[in-house]
Amino acid sequence: MSGILDVSGLTVRFDTPAGTVHAVNDVSYSLADGETLGVVGESGSGKSVHVLAMLGLIARPPGRIAGGSVTFGGRDLLTLSEAELRDVRGGQIGFVFQDPMTSLNPVLTVGRQIAEPVIRHRGLSPRQAWQRAAELLDLVGIADPERRLRQYPHQFSGGMRQRVMIAIAVACNPKLLIADEPTTALDVTVQAQILGLVRDLKARMGMSVIWITHDMGVVAGLADTVQVMYGGRIVERGPVRAIFKDPRNAYTWGLLRALPDHGQRVQRRLHQIEGQPPDLYAPPKGDPFAPRNPFATPRCFEQIPPLVPAAGAVPGHLVAAWYDLPRLLAQRGDAR
Amino acid sequence: MIRFLLGRLGESALAVLGVVTIVFIVTRLLGDPAILMLPVGATPEQLASFRAELGIDRPLVVQYADFLWNAVRGDFGRSFQHNRPAIEVVAERMPATLELASSAIALGLLIGGGAGMIAAMNRGTALEVFVMLLALLGQATPVFWLGLMLILFFAVDLGWFPTGGAGTFWHLALPALTLATFTSASIARLLRSSVIDVLREDYVRTARAKGLLPRTVMVWHIARNALIPVATMVGILAGELLGGSVITETVFAWPGVGRVIIQAIEVKDFPVVQAGIMMIAVTFVSINFLVDLLYGVLDPRIRLR
Ligand SMILES: Nc1ncnc2c1ncn2[C@@H]1O[C@H](COP(=O)(O)OP(=O)(O)OP(=O)(O)O)[C@@H](O)[C@H]1O
Ligand SMILES: [Mg+2]
Repeated sequence: MSGILDVSGLTVRFDTPAGTVHAVNDVSYSLADGETLGVVGESGSGKSVHVLAMLGLIARPPGRIAGGSVTFGGRDLLTLSEAELRDVRGGQIGFVFQDPMTSLNPVLTVGRQIAEPVIRHRGLSPRQAWQRAAELLDLVGIADPERRLRQYPHQFSGGMRQRVMIAIAVACNPKLLIADEPTTALDVTVQAQILGLVRDLKARMGMSVIWITHDMGVVAGLADTVQVMYGGRIVERGPVRAIFKDPRNAYTWGLLRALPDHGQRVQRRLHQIEGQPPDLYAPPKGDPFAPRNPFATPRCFEQIPPLVPAAGAVPGHLVAAWYDLPRLLAQRGDAR
Repeated sequence: MIRFLLGRLGESALAVLGVVTIVFIVTRLLGDPAILMLPVGATPEQLASFRAELGIDRPLVVQYADFLWNAVRGDFGRSFQHNRPAIEVVAERMPATLELASSAIALGLLIGGGAGMIAAMNRGTALEVFVMLLALLGQATPVFWLGLMLILFFAVDLGWFPTGGAGTFWHLALPALTLATFTSASIARLLRSSVIDVLREDYVRTARAKGLLPRTVMVWHIARNALIPVATMVGILAGELLGGSVITETVFAWPGVGRVIIQAIEVKDFPVVQAGIMMIAVTFVSINFLVDLLYGVLDPRIRLR
């Protein structure tokens, strides 16, 4: 497998006074050039930590990368020095974070904050960078860029600030854009606008995207590939249609069952599945979802299932499960 | 911003008015100046004519209005001791007081700023604990005691500095250091916690995710925000330094307003006492007004409101 990003066996721990948090466990996947990957999973499933860890953005300590490799542009990001990583961050990989209200520096002008990465990575003069910042504001659909550049974040609405964050993230034409729940804090109409903007930018700039979200509706509308995480592991992954039509992991199935109508692009938060989230301090020896899984087999409690191609599914559809979900569902007389 | 400043200007004026009123009341409570000032055995006629001369035989309200009007014009009467306008006696001491206070603030920002940054950037290390213990000690040490100790050691024992007086850098060193101990300690403690708060902010993560150099992140994203509460602290410290100048200036024989007030109290030269207190109050209020202006410069959310 070879793509723009190859993650292999990524494992992240947090050493806290209360014990070691097994936040990300043996995560492996590959992202193709121009692909949009949607990462879903409930709170605490390791979605944010796994991307932050790749770029050295988790606090160390308490964070610690316990294993794995992340190949990007022919180099293993996990072995790079902090200085080398800085060249990658913001230059080749752009980040957009969840809360646009707090992610911009309140005391610097928006123009300055957009110009910073351009000066840093492209070596432009401040004047040229300002010019570029104006272009970028225009690109992300903010009118009157010259005037807006001189304003401060508090003079922008939430949706506008997220557009500014996106302008910052794509300022240096990155090969990869990582967005960590970028629309969660926004209202529905603004969410839709931001999604439209990102689709548009992606088409124009030809970058790959990792889109982390709680929202299955967003995944359906944006992603080529869906990756479902649970307890710091990938439990299922595959082309977006396959995942929606033919889920093979009981957790994915539970998430989808909560959507009002199959395939309908309704914006909805992830369904709360009954039971406690897994204890990341003392992970069970078996499948972490087993205690909440109505289809769990005795083996699920004993052994962690590997992520393997799902039997009889489309290529690239991988699942980690000891049980055969379609057969069990058919037995229950429940087609969906 | 304009409204904000006008509001603050109004508050400042009120604060000064409050001080004038308190000074007025206190001087009336001190007793009858005629009895205090005229020699024992003065006749009732002499006392009465003296009171009339001072205008203190009139109704209190009239006296108060008169006092206010004179205060506005900077007229606090003539110094008994120096036989010239009290305000003049005080005003010529003002530069010395300001010199000492601003040296202490500047030194405090330098030492305290550095120490606070070092502590915040080395969280959980022995260095942080050491710096913070020093700061705690510096804040807890009484100024007069520290001043006396410094004089005993560096001026009397070692003879490196003069024991008192003003005029040269060597005269300034010990009193400035004494005051800066407190200001540095306060600034270090505040800046440390302020930086620690800012480090948790999402925009610092954004700055790192942009791949900015550590010093850019440090200066423009961390320090720039962490300094906002320090500006307020400097205003408060300036007030404490001015109020405390009475003590430091006495310990170091520093010819400032604080010392002149003490000397005037000793000889019951009330016009000078009043003028001195007013001078310190007005300076304090002005400094805080400047700090508010600075606050607006540092924080666009206030400036553009
Ligand atoms: N600094 C930290 N110290 C200790 N534990 C941490 C730290 N940061 C994250 N974790 C833990 O790592 C786990 C994974 O967190 P992560 O932020 O990746 O979840 P997430 O899937 O992004 O959830 P959300 O949807 O809430 O953003 C969580 O259990 C979290 O408590
Ligand atoms: Mg997250």
